Amino acid sequence: MNILKIIIIIFLIYPTSNLKAEDLEMKNKITKNLRCLICQGQSVYDSDSEFANSLKIIVDKKINEGLSEDQIYEFFKNKYGEWILYDPGLNKNTYILWLLPLLIFLAGGAIIYNSFIVKK
Amino acid sequence: MRNKILSISVFLFFSIVFVIFFKGLKETNIYTPDLDIKKEIPFFHAKDFYTGKKLNTSDIFKLNQTYLLNIWSSWCVPCRKEHPLLLSLNENKKINIIGMNYKDNKINAEKFLKELGNPYKRVFEDLEGTIAIEWGAYGVPETFLIYNNKIIRKYIGPLNLNIIEEIKLLIK
Repeated sequence: MNILKIIIIIFLIYPTSNLKAEDLEMKNKITKNLRCLICQGQSVYDSDSEFANSLKIIVDKKINEGLSEDQIYEFFKNKYGEWILYDPGLNKNTYILWLLPLLIFLAGGAIIYNSFIVKK
Repeated sequence: MRNKILSISVFLFFSIVFVIFFKGLKETNIYTPDLDIKKEIPFFHAKDFYTGKKLNTSDIFKLNQTYLLNIWSSWCVPCRKEHPLLLSLNENKKINIIGMNYKDNKINAEKFLKELGNPYKRVFEDLEGTIAIEWGAYGVPETFLIYNNKIIRKYIGPLNLNIIEEIKLLIK
């Protein structure tokens, strides 16, 4: 009988608490990637300013509404511009940022290949 | 041959770097928010400050009318300074001033309006600061000029005489 009770309790508690933990993780991940626009060098997660606290409430609400991470970023990008994201996407303003390291890496590889491998 | 390729690629590399840095030199690295925006006003639900009735965007903002949405709070010192300017602007009949009471205590807010006067046609509450986020606001005070349900101008920080003149010109 006792075992049955325990199983029922576990069954009742397990799914909800698991979901909450996932939501919290997602909330932390999102707020860490949002820049607190009125603070200096702080993410929304780190900050305790009025602005950041309101933003956290909004992130909570959006997660509860079932929006995905990208949709939430899109929402804030619409309101405040690309600057609010710490991890900017690939677009016409940021393509140099994304492609330059790759180009330098390729150029370096070419130089190494030319001067060391072809020589032999 | 190889020397030539090497010198050309070095030249190319440095010229690309030069162009990037030269472009970066002209751009300011201080973040400046977009002030001259033509965005639709956001949809939101709020509570009326006096009656406590539920409101949404279309209850407050109507087409073909000019509105000035002012985010204020009784604990905000610059709001006190800009308040006389709002009162003077309220004499202009072409503009409807709407107040958003940001994260405030109701008693203090009522005192604030009694003491300094009430320039607002309508005041609604934003206790959590979430409606301000919907508007893309940073904090208090902040003011939006709205025409035809579009945000024409956004003023971050307290209003001053120059801004009031600009608003008067814009709504003519």
